[in-house]
Amino acid sequence: MSLSLSAREVRHSHGGVLALDDVSLDVNAGSITALVGESGSGKTTLLKTFNRMIDPDAGSVWVGDVDVRDTDPVALRRRIGYVPQHGGLLPHWTVHRNVALVPRLAGANEAGDAADAALLLVGLDPARFASRYPHELSGGQRQRAALARSLAGKQQVILLDEPFGALDAISRAESHEAFERVRLARAFTGILVTHDLSEAARLADRVVVLRGGRVEQAGTMADLRQRPATDYVENLLARAVAAHASLVGAR
Amino acid sequence: MTAHRVRVIAYASLLISLAANTHLAAQGAPATASIARQRLDSPIVVASKPFGESYLLAELFSQVLEARGRAVVRRPGLGATEIAFGALRTGAIDVYPEYTGTGLIAILRDSLTPELRRNRNALFAHLARESTTRFGVAWLPPLGFANGYAIAVRRETATRLSLRTISDLANRGRALRAGFTADFIGRPDGLVGLRRIYGLALSSVRPLAPAVKYSALASGAVDVIDGYATDGLLEKFDLITLTDDLNFFPPYDAAPLVSRRMAERDSDAVAVLSSLAGRVDERMMRTANRRVEVDGADVTSVARGMLMELGVLAPLAAGARVDARDSTARASGNVMHYLWAQRATIRDQAIRHIALVAAALLAAIVVAIPLGVLLERSRRMAEWVVGGLGVLQTIPSIALLAFMIPWLGVGVWPALVALWVYALYPIARNTYSGVRDADPDAVAACEAMGATPAQRLLRVRLPLAAPAIMAGVRTAAVITVGAATLAAFIGAGGLGDPIVTGLALADSRMVLSGAVPAAGLAIVVDAVLGWIERKIAPAHLQRGTPRGRRVLPSRATTSASSAH
Repeated sequence: MSLSLSAREVRHSHGGVLALDDVSLDVNAGSITALVGESGSGKTTLLKTFNRMIDPDAGSVWVGDVDVRDTDPVALRRRIGYVPQHGGLLPHWTVHRNVALVPRLAGANEAGDAADAALLLVGLDPARFASRYPHELSGGQRQRAALARSLAGKQQVILLDEPFGALDAISRAESHEAFERVRLARAFTGILVTHDLSEAARLADRVVVLRGGRVEQAGTMADLRQRPATDYVENLLARAVAAHASLVGAR
Repeated sequence: MTAHRVRVIAYASLLISLAANTHLAAQGAPATASIARQRLDSPIVVASKPFGESYLLAELFSQVLEARGRAVVRRPGLGATEIAFGALRTGAIDVYPEYTGTGLIAILRDSLTPELRRNRNALFAHLARESTTRFGVAWLPPLGFANGYAIAVRRETATRLSLRTISDLANRGRALRAGFTADFIGRPDGLVGLRRIYGLALSSVRPLAPAVKYSALASGAVDVIDGYATDGLLEKFDLITLTDDLNFFPPYDAAPLVSRRMAERDSDAVAVLSSLAGRVDERMMRTANRRVEVDGADVTSVARGMLMELGVLAPLAAGARVDARDSTARASGNVMHYLWAQRATIRDQAIRHIALVAAALLAAIVVAIPLGVLLERSRRMAEWVVGGLGVLQTIPSIALLAFMIPWLGVGVWPALVALWVYALYPIARNTYSGVRDADPDAVAACEAMGATPAQRLLRVRLPLAAPAIMAGVRTAAVITVGAATLAAFIGAGGLGDPIVTGLALADSRMVLSGAVPAAGLAIVVDAVLGWIERKIAPAHLQRGTPRGRRVLPSRATTSASSAH
């Protein structure tokens, strides 16, 4: 069973700058919501409130029917997968060991099967990749290994912080396919931070546009396209379409 | 890393600029022989300052005490006046040979009144009374010779400029270059006073080690040096000593200076040492000095010869055989033969050296690694603490050793503490920066996936910092191997003993018998720790990837070559 995620009127500032200004968010169990916006819009800050990497100044954050403030951060984080932009694999551990990180942190000596299954799911054959070190992988393979790591502990929630943002187009496409395979195989609730609307359209069920710490608009991609709530959203969409059109035109 | 290299070079040059005495190869024999006859509970600690004559006199004291059945521990070659006197005052040693003029000016810091200058007995009475009142130490009666400062020039210089007196030097020697011992440059009864009384001004003054100043003068590198009136090398190099025509220098009558404990509680030992009073004349001392400094005879046998001449000792058959072997080795002139003949001594000194280094290094590791880890947790404090350790590093070793004498005395403990202090910095700094700079993405990801602080430290930060930490340990080890040679100055032994003794006695083979093994040891330590560094490197660095940190592979060779 997946868990729903929600944030209620979350407010947070760091360094005197208001990063989140009364933001509310609901992610249905088993769905993926993309947080879209420019740098400084608050999307990563909001993401990190769910695994308590950031405790907001005000408001409440819920995972399932539990207020995260009532949880032990370590226990909470072991139940929530996390895929950062640069993978964050431990350079001195093999891929297999990295993928088994969470079971290992919890004290398991062997987490072989779960790790193998997760590797298969993201398209990295354990026979070929399990005993390699991260520096022996390509960027796309590293991100997929990081994705596998976020699944191998039977996590029901996965937070993805621009996981494919730094990849070249081909690796990114491969990673998108891997992600879609994972979704077919595993039920989980996800939040995907991205600045790429087309990625959001492809991987997420709903999109939340953040701007200056506030929600500009939330809805499905179709909602945004048909009824952009503000000029900002309209501009954002127009630019994404223009980029796509130029690509199509060039072909 | 440049700073480290500078340190090593500094150590090596400091080493060269120093002179000291050594434990004698034969040291163990009389001590063992006297155990059966030992009457008093604790052995008497006999020390000397780091130059040949002091060394000889200390050996003389030791042998005369042993001849009366007393157990003796020798601590020759203690740094300089401050260290030797500091050790005596705190009771770390019991007796060492000192000179009345030095006692008056450098220890009491009194000035030489015309009255005291005229009357040696009055000077001694004043000195003895004041030393006991102020410091609790006691002067025993003078041995019978004076060893004043001698300002010396080459015969050629004296002829060319017609120099006979120090006044002549002040008048006509302004173009000359001086090489004085650091001690002489700083003392009120040294250069400072000469400038004041004679108006002495030379074109340059550079500090020189006692061991090298004679050859520097002979070779023309400098034109004027300070020596001692009884130095054997004055004759060897055909030097002219200038007359102190204004009677600036006080008399330097040699006498045993004894600790309060010995003066008050060991009348037996006091009586034995006092029996030497007035019996060693200048002729005898100059001859003995020349035998050591010019002929290369060893101090033990020369001191024994003096005591036989004085009728204190009968000739010893067993000892004579040892001497014969020693002098054969010296006479051969072959370094390899000498090193081979000294192998047992070298081995013992190397073992002691390694033990000193290992103990200091282990203690530093035990403290510095946790410290570095703690600092990573409170980075605001880190810069201050690391900076503070860095400042400790800049304290010259001799000064650090001198500071510690009141608390730790002389011997192994102050040496260990000093080495420990020097080893802390590279280890703590590398641990701190290694742990701090461990792959931030990996650390953050682990935290976000539920790693506890302890898990992040033990499974991520420390393994990733291991090469840096090990590089710090390696740096510390090589520094400590070099610095440990200085331990000889406070009687801690090790490979520094033959280096400083050889420098003091102008015996280059003896210097090599310490320097070569010390250099070899530095290279071996560096190589072994380098190997360990590779073995404990994180797995991903061990698969033929370019090695992360090859820190200072050249350091060992640097210290090695400059140690010669």
